[in-house]
Amino acid sequence: MKFTEPASTNPIDRMTVVGRPHDRIDGPRKTTGTAPYAYERHAEAPNAAYGWIIGAAIAKGRIRSMNLDDARGAPGVLGIVTAAEAGKLAKGNFNTAKLLGGPEIDHYHQAVAIVVAESFEQARAAAGLVRIDYDRAKGQYDLDEALKGAPLAGGEEGKPGKEDRTGSFESAFDAAPVKLDAEYTTPDHSHAMMEPFASLAIWEGDQLTVWTSNQMIAWGRGDLAKTLGMPKEKVRLISPYVGGGFGGKLFLRADAVMAALGAKAVGRPVKVAMQRPLMANNATHRPATTQRIRIGATKDGAIQAIAHESGSGDQPGGGPETAVNQTKLLYAGPNRLTAMRLAVLNLPEGNAMRAPGEAPGMMALEIAMDEMAEKLGMDPVAFRVKNDTQVDPEKPERRFSQRQLVRCLEEGAQRFGWSQRSAKPAQVRDGRWLVGMGVAAAFRNHMNMKSGARVTLNKDGRVVVETDMTDIGTGSYTIIAQTAAEMMGVPMDAVDVRLGDSDYPVSAGSGGQFGAANATAGVYAACVKLREAVAQRLGFNSADLNFADGRVTGGNRSVALRDAVTSGPLTAEDRIEFGTLDKSYQLSTFGAHFVEVGVDAYTGVTRLRRMLAVCAAGRILNPKAARSQMIGAMTMGVGSALMEELAVDKRFGFFVNHDLAGYEVPVHADIPHQEVIFLEEADDKANPMKAKGVGELGLCGVGAAVANAVYNATGVRIRDYPLTLEKHLDRLPAIA
Amino acid sequence: MRPFTYERAKDAVSAARAATKPGAKFLAGGTNLLDLMKIEVETPTHLIDVQDLKLDRIEKTKDGGLRIGAFVTNTALAADERVRRDYGVLSRAIVAGASGQLRNKATTAGNLLQRTRCPYFYDTNMACNKRKPGSGCGAIGGYSRQLAIVGTSSDCIATNPSDMNVAMRVLDAVVETVNPEGRTRAIPIADFHRLPGNTPHIETALQPGELITAVTLPRPVGGTHIYEKVRDRASYAFALVSVAAIVQKDGSGRIAVGGVAHKPWRVEAAEAAMPQGAKAVTARLFADARPTKDNEYKVPLVERTLAAAISQARTA
Amino acid sequence: MADSSEFTVSRRGVIVGGAATAMAASAPAEAQTQRSTMPADPPAMAVTFKVNGKPRTLSLDPRTTLLDTLREHLHLTGTKKGCDHGQCGACTVLVNGERINSCLSLALQHDGDSITTIEGLGTPEKLHPMQAAFVRHDGYQCGYCTPGQICSAVAVLDEIKRGIPSHVQADLTAEPQASGIEMRERMSGNICRCGAYSNIADAMADVAGAKA
Repeated sequence: MKFTEPASTNPIDRMTVVGRPHDRIDGPRKTTGTAPYAYERHAEAPNAAYGWIIGAAIAKGRIRSMNLDDARGAPGVLGIVTAAEAGKLAKGNFNTAKLLGGPEIDHYHQAVAIVVAESFEQARAAAGLVRIDYDRAKGQYDLDEALKGAPLAGGEEGKPGKEDRTGSFESAFDAAPVKLDAEYTTPDHSHAMMEPFASLAIWEGDQLTVWTSNQMIAWGRGDLAKTLGMPKEKVRLISPYVGGGFGGKLFLRADAVMAALGAKAVGRPVKVAMQRPLMANNATHRPATTQRIRIGATKDGAIQAIAHESGSGDQPGGGPETAVNQTKLLYAGPNRLTAMRLAVLNLPEGNAMRAPGEAPGMMALEIAMDEMAEKLGMDPVAFRVKNDTQVDPEKPERRFSQRQLVRCLEEGAQRFGWSQRSAKPAQVRDGRWLVGMGVAAAFRNHMNMKSGARVTLNKDGRVVVETDMTDIGTGSYTIIAQTAAEMMGVPMDAVDVRLGDSDYPVSAGSGGQFGAANATAGVYAACVKLREAVAQRLGFNSADLNFADGRVTGGNRSVALRDAVTSGPLTAEDRIEFGTLDKSYQLSTFGAHFVEVGVDAYTGVTRLRRMLAVCAAGRILNPKAARSQMIGAMTMGVGSALMEELAVDKRFGFFVNHDLAGYEVPVHADIPHQEVIFLEEADDKANPMKAKGVGELGLCGVGAAVANAVYNATGVRIRDYPLTLEKHLDRLPAIA
Repeated sequence: MRPFTYERAKDAVSAARAATKPGAKFLAGGTNLLDLMKIEVETPTHLIDVQDLKLDRIEKTKDGGLRIGAFVTNTALAADERVRRDYGVLSRAIVAGASGQLRNKATTAGNLLQRTRCPYFYDTNMACNKRKPGSGCGAIGGYSRQLAIVGTSSDCIATNPSDMNVAMRVLDAVVETVNPEGRTRAIPIADFHRLPGNTPHIETALQPGELITAVTLPRPVGGTHIYEKVRDRASYAFALVSVAAIVQKDGSGRIAVGGVAHKPWRVEAAEAAMPQGAKAVTARLFADARPTKDNEYKVPLVERTLAAAISQARTA
Repeated sequence: MADSSEFTVSRRGVIVGGAATAMAASAPAEAQTQRSTMPADPPAMAVTFKVNGKPRTLSLDPRTTLLDTLREHLHLTGTKKGCDHGQCGACTVLVNGERINSCLSLALQHDGDSITTIEGLGTPEKLHPMQAAFVRHDGYQCGYCTPGQICSAVAVLDEIKRGIPSHVQADLTAEPQASGIEMRERMSGNICRCGAYSNIADAMADVAGAKA
């Protein structure tokens, strides 16, 4: 099904199942520990051997020699694979740095070997006996240094980067009566998902099956095949449960490659879970940014000029953190400039983490808006409302398909009691706490992705949906079941959803908050086909049929759905594809974040007191699961505001705090009750589901809302994340 | 984790005797030792499990203090009614540390021996004089935001990570031990933990095989008991700094500081300045401090945290 | 390629990087020095304990943690390995009714103990009230930390009942209450990167009959 025109009325609009806060259908399994993850496939591989990955001890250089003799002779060891044993491997399309290093080393903790043994204990112990001598080469690990003279990025593939300009930024900025010119920094972030990278590889002849933990089955399958130099038809990836990804599991990672190599070498299934202390440096991370924002406005607060420039670094051949994305679209203003610079760093590979681009970009832009509002003497909500735009400011002929940012801000302000906020900072005290409120807009683009599914109506009346879509905690199982139930007119418990298997039709996968809308649209497309097949079997001529309560009704004829399959099951497969609606319209999601913080007047530590998000993001397929996406993203936003930072050792080129004790993410005690409101919306330009995504929207802007609240509490502006106490301690009010 | 043999000791002296074997280590809760064994920072070849030694009781001492068995868990110690009533700073310090799960397993003796959280100690690719004497210190010149500011040496800037130890120090606890010959001794907490000097791998006054059997607390000193812990996240995090304070009605008192040194930091001479306030005390506490650029914030932070504690005591 | 401008930070002039000894061709990586062939594995040792009410006797490599015993030997994979270092809480189980991190415990330490895992609390067909509350309140997302959260949640309500003090208690000598702030503090040893905390608090309050 190709989606080329705005959606008209369709069976989803009934909203009898879709749009309801259904409990997750995978809930009983997840809460009882009976949902098996990649490393937990005892039934599939009762004789699996255990792998242990060794990471490089240097950031850049080469392996001079490896001595594997002692390790090979250790008890229980079945085999060791290094780059020398593995032979030539290709690099996956989605990988910047290779997944098995040696002799050249590209980054710290790059995998250099897998030790395979009978038991986990033996594999781990033997790994300690592998002796490796390295030649360390000089590397560049300092972003500030590397950005000096770094080239522009963000041009089309293969071409040099360029600035994006609309109007004449410089002259308009110079002429503006009220101006801001400020620099902001965000540090490197780690996905730190709870389930480590884990894979179980099983070879049967030349056929490879990998049970893994991956967000994008087709990408992973293709890149594993490419890496190993085999046809992708010979590779099967299965990932029905994914213990969190946040972008870290978008791509093929070392666990899958090393398990496959290990299993091949020892002639047995091999399972590997990457040890936690290796993860932060071995895998990808959200790159640090240095951002400069300039805003010029009239005295009454109309933005005349806005510029956002960002610099980040990555491995050779990598890409920039696209932190200027939202600034192209979020606020009005005739004169605009955005630009990115990309430096080469020899730190681990930078890549997508939840809301890449917008997450760090909004952390900066939305502080800048707060600072600008203060300069103008305007309320920060009013300043944002004043600069709303219903068209793409760079291409005014493109309208937003839906844009309810103003309502999000105003309704949020009202619900949160924003009028109680003191415009003058450092005015409110509650015991030892300096109290402040902050606001930020939320913004994240919606992306269209092709997505396929296969739907079968079985003789027992049950509907089975198969797609390689993954559920990484997002609720895919449930919203796909809701979609099929709505389309086929059957109850939720008559739908079986099978996900995350490369034997199933290729879906959008989980990433970029595009999963829910596109994957369900793919299921919708397959269901439309199945409905046609059912109609044909049942001898309906009209296309205008009602599928409800297990019956198919057209005109004055009503037949049980099951009657269509008395002669055998019916299967339909289709996928959603898209025309150019996303070119004629800008598809985006919007929201507003409101937070209240307390800053300890003595110690300077910040704690959240209240959080509210109001969002408009198309049709909400399951308000319960969508709310969870929001609160989870808001929690991650608190982390990025207050504590998360991969600390770089610029001498040796690695992230020092590479475990969950060193890299602090929020715990229960950091997070207050969170309020989430979804505004009514159905976006007919997006897809037949009229849905967009919320999984990343919830993160975009939260950090800045916290930062703005901290400023409101203390009167001290911090522009470098995270807002740890030492950044304002010396400027806090004197203590008695 | 390297291979080891395992035994359960039946009594303290035989446990101590078994521990004289090269490579032997006591195993109590295991929450720190097993963590470090997994990354081969610790590589014992023999473990002596001391859980059967019946060292899990808290009893009154003759002079009105408390004797805490070495194997008493953090949870049990923090929850003990006498501790909550008379040694509140200890209870407070313990529940400010780690997590409920870890406190259920971690023991009093184990916590006394908890090793540093310095990231360069934990990363076996990095030099560390504590982990491998003579290899150098990766932390000096590296990422040191959480590391020590006082009592450091050119060989080590690690901190003692324990919250409990800070309270033990302010309470003048005494560590009781037995050695392989069956001789017991009592080590004042002030002498128990060492500064790194040029032997940062030697962290305590314990001799080979010497087993901690108990910690005794002198009779209660009254006053208001406060444990202020400062950290980036609200719970389940090591202290950036912490202040254990016992403040008397007249403004006098004692304080010990965590997160700033290789041992709980207490300078008795500084306590004389308590009535003059936090600034005066801090100046004396850190007269010899040598912070790095990453952690120089700890000096004003301790001052402000101490001010909070004093203010809290005033209103208590 | 070799970098001769190595850092010589320590006063002994030792190369501080440790791992790569670019200058000294004979010096191996820090982690692997002073190593000889590993001794043979020590003999397996027997341990007997109850798991979810069922007596179990196992013969184990002494290095085997309680977590790996459950997951790899008893195939009770509901207990999760998130970090294996006591930093996340995904491996939380109840031992003699108290919660611990099973990753930081050797199986041999638990001879005679009674262990309850997530599988022992309830089944998909017959959920424990806490499991049902997590489903009702959507107190999870990816599900990986969930068994640990639930085991912890059950234990936390019991700890509050037993009067175990916490960091957020204003009066140490008072009886703790099942308030939102108490539950949040006590649950903080269970990290949920998906960020389901607010919903978990609601689920626990529901079971405790309190307001989150």
